[in-house]
Amino acid sequence: MEDIHPAPNLDPMSQPSHSVTSAAETGASAAPIRKKDYIQVRDFSFNYTPAVRVLHGITMDVPENEVTAFIGPSGCGKTTLLRNFNRMNDLIDGISHEGTITVNGQDIFDPNLEVISLRKRIGMVFQKSNPFPKSIYENVVYSLRVAGQRNKEVLDEVVERSLKGAALWEEVKDRLQQSALGLSGGQMQRLCIARAIANQPHILLMDEPCSALDPIATAKVEELIMELKKQFTVVIVTHNMQQAARISDRTAYFYLGRLIEMDQTLKIFNNPQKKETEDYISGRLG
Amino acid sequence: MVWFSGMWLGIGLLMIVTLLGVIVKNGLSIFWPSRVMEVELVEGSPAAIQGAKVLAGEVRKIQEKSVQAEKGGTAREKQLFVGNRDAFGFGFRYVDESDIAKISYPEGIVLAERVEYGDLIGYPVSLKLATGEVKADSADFTALLEQTVGAGNARRGEIESIEKDQIGKINHRMGVLRLSQRKAELDGKITEDYRTEIAAELAELQRRYEILAGKAAALRAEQKAGLFVYRLPTGIEREIPAGDLMQYYYPNQIGFFGRVGHFFSEIWHFFSREPREANTEGGVFPAIFGTFVMTLLMSVAVVPFGVIAAIYLREYSKQGPLVRAVRIAVNNLAGVPSIVFGVFGLGFFVYFVGGSIDSLFFPERLPTPTYGTGGILWAALTLALMTVPVVIVSTEEAIAAVSRGAREASLAAGASKWQTIQRIVLPASVPGIITGLVLAMARGAGEVAPLMLVGVVKLAPTLPLDTVAPFIHLERKFMHLGFHIYDLGFQSPDSEAAKPMVFATTLLLIALVVVLNASAILLREKLRRRYASSAF
Ligand SMILES: Nc1ncnc2c1ncn2[C@@H]1O[C@H](COP(=O)(O)OP(=O)(O)OP(=O)(O)O)[C@@H](O)[C@H]1O
Ligand SMILES: [Mg+2]
Repeated sequence: MEDIHPAPNLDPMSQPSHSVTSAAETGASAAPIRKKDYIQVRDFSFNYTPAVRVLHGITMDVPENEVTAFIGPSGCGKTTLLRNFNRMNDLIDGISHEGTITVNGQDIFDPNLEVISLRKRIGMVFQKSNPFPKSIYENVVYSLRVAGQRNKEVLDEVVERSLKGAALWEEVKDRLQQSALGLSGGQMQRLCIARAIANQPHILLMDEPCSALDPIATAKVEELIMELKKQFTVVIVTHNMQQAARISDRTAYFYLGRLIEMDQTLKIFNNPQKKETEDYISGRLG
Repeated sequence: MVWFSGMWLGIGLLMIVTLLGVIVKNGLSIFWPSRVMEVELVEGSPAAIQGAKVLAGEVRKIQEKSVQAEKGGTAREKQLFVGNRDAFGFGFRYVDESDIAKISYPEGIVLAERVEYGDLIGYPVSLKLATGEVKADSADFTALLEQTVGAGNARRGEIESIEKDQIGKINHRMGVLRLSQRKAELDGKITEDYRTEIAAELAELQRRYEILAGKAAALRAEQKAGLFVYRLPTGIEREIPAGDLMQYYYPNQIGFFGRVGHFFSEIWHFFSREPREANTEGGVFPAIFGTFVMTLLMSVAVVPFGVIAAIYLREYSKQGPLVRAVRIAVNNLAGVPSIVFGVFGLGFFVYFVGGSIDSLFFPERLPTPTYGTGGILWAALTLALMTVPVVIVSTEEAIAAVSRGAREASLAAGASKWQTIQRIVLPASVPGIITGLVLAMARGAGEVAPLMLVGVVKLAPTLPLDTVAPFIHLERKFMHLGFHIYDLGFQSPDSEAAKPMVFATTLLLIALVVVLNASAILLREKLRRRYASSAF
């Protein structure tokens, strides 16, 4: 993934640090619009089958209006944790967990909680792009449709705003009624991003959103994420260290189902506390 | 091994093509107006009809027949369709080629289709009308004959409209009045006023009925007034009411285009007319219509039922031994002999459900059953039950093939499970559902055995759809092409006469099944394109 990504700066560390500074500035200057919206994970363990534990005692806080990046080698459980935030793992038979996760102070495993209302507040971009076999337009407005929105003007406006946000509008504005399956892989991924932000969720979970995108589209999506964090809380899984360094305020490093270290991105990249973290980051970058 | 299976496939295909070819050829050839051959027989031929040496007819078949050894092994014989069943008592005659002294194709011979007794083949002699007798050799005979037959056809149409539509409506209304009186009596709510009111309306209807009946009787008398005199090829002169002639042509005079025109008009008549004379003459419109409506009703019943069952099995039920057992049972249901479904339909739908409906909603009509007897609805439901496994299986497969990604995306967008099924799973499964429907229709439309128990009849007086409220009469008995074939081929008094009709009807049934399937497949392709996926 790194090889398709441009490295305009010869010194790998200088660019991220610059970006992080600017990100921190934006975060500081944006006045909190809502009450703080945390994701709190406490001592959380997760099993796909009783014998296979893939997450081990994870404790972390995801602050509001910030971008949190999950990094770590393949298979370390990033996706699994992310999919627990909106309970997508419910679809899998045989799962079990220990510990708690709260979103905005609410226990998401509370049996009285309506999963649908939780998911309505959380947008998700999947690791594999998965557009519906419907028109581009219908893909974008899907979350509004299932919420009962019928007003054509509202829908039209949402389509334009979301597609612009996902840097796809210019390419598809003349063929909104055509099947989404006719788009290229990268376009599909951006369509999925547009779909995830259409209903203005409070939290946006993105699982490697840029893995199929070219540098230009990646830059646009990163721009979008910077924009989104003014309103939303963003959690992004990425294998691209530079990306994590550029756009995130906080970075969590996972290894073999354990949270090794989580801190301000600046600290993680410049001054990691744990040796594994340093190895991983320098290994990747060096 | 490849060669071997290839060979079997080839043989199978060849057999199918040959069978289709035979059906198409025989089915279409009955509409083609071939020439009428007049044959002079040698002295003492056993083929002579009523002692006459001359006979005429369309050659339908030429075949070898074996004779005694001293005569020389085999001989050829011709099968002639000689018509004139009223005069001869039969319609076909075999003639040994060795018995034929002379063959000719006389120009003046006419072939006429009549209301009764099949075709007439003979020479026109004269028309005896109220205005006097006009001989066949006079100049205005041709025009007069045409005019008389046209007038006769118009009158017949009028009689039919009076008797079927107008009198039918009056009878229907009378029935309704009597029933409502009966109902009021049963409910104990009858009043003297109501009774006189009904009696008055009945009297008025009766008066109108009598006027119409009188009109019809007058028209009928008029039909019998003129006489068409003709001479049989055997030499005897006969006459029939001119009004009985439906159409006629000179088979040895008309040219190629005349024949083609006749061919298509015959096909059209076959499609559009009602059967006559124990179904061996006329058209098969009620059977086409009955088959079509029954198949549509079956589709309407089978799709929702099958789809709901498949959704339940695949999406909601807990996968376990019970569901697996249900699935095996469903699959085995497809292998149950169809007659068993017929018996079940008769017992469950007709007697139990139909009987209950009757006693609940139509007590005033009892003991005459309304729904408690075979009818198109019960037939459609019986076939739906028979074909539902196919729909369940293909729908389940289609549902299972819907990508996990699309489902997750839908749920992540805040859709409920049902919304996901409705908006994502079902639309993507539509092509699979239609595949199931195609298979169900292919099986259902050609099925006869169970229908014989639950509502198919040889001759249905009315169609299941008409202009009398409530327009769709689901309780009515109906005709069906498959049963029609059975009835013509194996139940008709003159199976030789019915044979061409059997072929034509078979061709039609095949064509109808092909059309139904082709339209379903086209629909599926259209939908597939709409959901077409592109390469990633
Ligand atoms: N549905 C599942 N059933 C059983 N095990 C699973 C399932 N999904 C993932 N796993 C296992 O859980 C572990 C964590 O997987 P996860 O998808 O969370 O990794 P990841 O960090 O997202 O990796 P990647 O960077 O490759 O996407 C892996 O060992 C994986 O094999
Ligand atoms: Mg992953």
